[in-house]
Amino acid sequence: MHLAYPAVLAVLLFCVGLYGVLARRNAILVLMSVELMLNAVNLNLVAFDVWLRDTLHAGQALTLFTITVAAAEIGIGLAIVLLVYRNRGTSDVDKLTDLADTGTLPDSGSASIAPATDNPADTAAEQALRAREQTA
Amino acid sequence: MTGTIHSLWTTAADSATPLDKIPTPKIEYAQLSPVLIVFGAAVLGILVEALLPRRSRYIAQLGVSVTGLAAAFAAIVALAADGYASAKSHIAAMGAVAVDGPALFLQGTIVLVALVAAFTFAERRLDPLAHGRRVDSFAAQGSTVPGSEQEKRAVRAGFTTTEVFPLLLFAVGGMMIFPAANDLLTLFVSLEVFSLPLYLLCALARRHRLLSQEAAVKYFLLGAFSSAILLFGVALLYGYAGTISYGGIADVISGTAKMTPALANTTANDSLLLIGGAMVVVGLLFKVAAVPFHMWTPDVYQGAPTPVTGFMAAATKVAAFGALLRLLYVVLPGIRWDWRPVMWGVAIATMVIGAIIAVTQTDVKRLLAYSSIAHAGFILAGVIALSPDGVSSVLFYLAAYSFVTLGAFAVVTLVRDAGGEATHLSRWAGLGRRSPLVAAVFAVFLLAFAGIPLTSGFAGKFAVFKAAAQGGAVPLVIIGVISSAIAAFFYIRVIVLMFFSEPQPGGPSVAVPSALTSTAIAAGVAVTLALGVAPQYFLDLAGKASVFVR
Repeated sequence: MHLAYPAVLAVLLFCVGLYGVLARRNAILVLMSVELMLNAVNLNLVAFDVWLRDTLHAGQALTLFTITVAAAEIGIGLAIVLLVYRNRGTSDVDKLTDLADTGTLPDSGSASIAPATDNPADTAAEQALRAREQTA
Repeated sequence: MTGTIHSLWTTAADSATPLDKIPTPKIEYAQLSPVLIVFGAAVLGILVEALLPRRSRYIAQLGVSVTGLAAAFAAIVALAADGYASAKSHIAAMGAVAVDGPALFLQGTIVLVALVAAFTFAERRLDPLAHGRRVDSFAAQGSTVPGSEQEKRAVRAGFTTTEVFPLLLFAVGGMMIFPAANDLLTLFVSLEVFSLPLYLLCALARRHRLLSQEAAVKYFLLGAFSSAILLFGVALLYGYAGTISYGGIADVISGTAKMTPALANTTANDSLLLIGGAMVVVGLLFKVAAVPFHMWTPDVYQGAPTPVTGFMAAATKVAAFGALLRLLYVVLPGIRWDWRPVMWGVAIATMVIGAIIAVTQTDVKRLLAYSSIAHAGFILAGVIALSPDGVSSVLFYLAAYSFVTLGAFAVVTLVRDAGGEATHLSRWAGLGRRSPLVAAVFAVFLLAFAGIPLTSGFAGKFAVFKAAAQGGAVPLVIIGVISSAIAAFFYIRVIVLMFFSEPQPGGPSVAVPSALTSTAIAAGVAVTLALGVAPQYFLDLAGKASVFVR
């Protein structure tokens, strides 16, 4: 098999992943797209390894590391996304706009800022309101 | 269909048993001791978390972290004194890690920065008491929903996230390997080892937890995206050169490597090298926050807990620039005519855009984030010089910049109102009248950012621009000086705001920190002034450490 086939397939996979990261709005789907990109890399590495007849099999070793690290990465990523989902009721990356270049004064902007959760009085009602706004 | 076909399944049977060519691995534990000490301390921290009762964890974690980092610094100094920074510099761990001047210098910087950052992590006097206990700036329990009954219970029970210390140490260990990585595998693994703990640290703020979690999501998604791009570049470079070691790739690029038919086939195609090199560099530019890969920086810096922001802004930049330097100076000097024009463009865009957007900012943390972007541009100017002077000036600049950044963010943690830190600039008006000392210290840091003489910023900028000009990049230097002037405008504006405007009624108060944050700020001021008043010793040190081993 010529090197071009796996290489082109890998590039296609990578581009699908790239498109997914840029176009998808659901954080979970973005994570899946990143996984596609990483698997394109794995395919590429193994194909090059075989093509070059690497006696030390650096490409395959690197693939094993990539798979392991990708698993760790996805674990942490899911944990963070889950945390955000439980707080906001959504994992839509477009809705994560509390941090942005707004230039508003703190008085007018404070409605969109999360409450300081150590104050016992302020939180529960505001949180409920917030969740209702976002699920609506 | 015969000659060029590689049989997938019979390769191993055809060739002589490849196993006899694999040399027995030997690991130079003594030369890797700085990194090993830090990772050892991190593992010890995990054990502390598992075995000690909650009450004693904080002291134990702080002790383990500070001892581990101090021991690692001692090991680095010992290695440097032993000549590993110059004459004895070589590649350890079977070609995976370089032990040379730039690596040791940057590792020393990172460890010192982390030591100071550990103090700011441990600060417990700034927040008001929660149920009679002193609390730090990290969430009582990271998994709880803000405002929920569960969280209230965690706060009442006095839980604290002491896991931040092992996370800090793991990040530091990864950052120490990153600039020393001498093959692409080590580069990738160390990148992930320092990135993953940082994602978690970003999400753990005690106050403004939604903002903190949002910052973590943004940082994570863009970080994972950029590391995937870097990894694809790694795969292409491996496909081009048939090896992942830096020296081996450089040999293939310069044409001195031994050719095999398969290698001749892949090296005939320069696009593998060019695209692969470009993608690896893009991955690193994401980490140094160069334009156009800077979008995550202001959001993440603003949302993350401020001690984490300070550590991240200082140490990540040091590590990532170290890796970028080694990649460009060791692996890719053979195609410098291809990457230099691109890096020119990136450096110019980074300097100009960072400085101009910073002018419009109204939040102190965002302001410092954009200023860090502008500084990345100045450092890139030194990277482009492609000379020993370029390396030494970048090393010096990184050391100077990291302490100023850490100190500045430590000051930001002090200015507070009822909702936590008061980061909006309008709240800082008249701070100089209310607490002259804090405002004066912050002014020193801002002047250092601006590059005013007698501060470390001036010495660093002068060194970087001098190296760039000698490297033939005079237009770059002119643009750099102009954007420094733009940047100076907004630094001075903050100083004017602090000292020459009336304090707001009901404005923020300045919390009195414990010895921990005071030490961090004092260290920042001391390094800023020492490197500004007497830069020569440190410039010499950086100059002696400026040769990469291959």
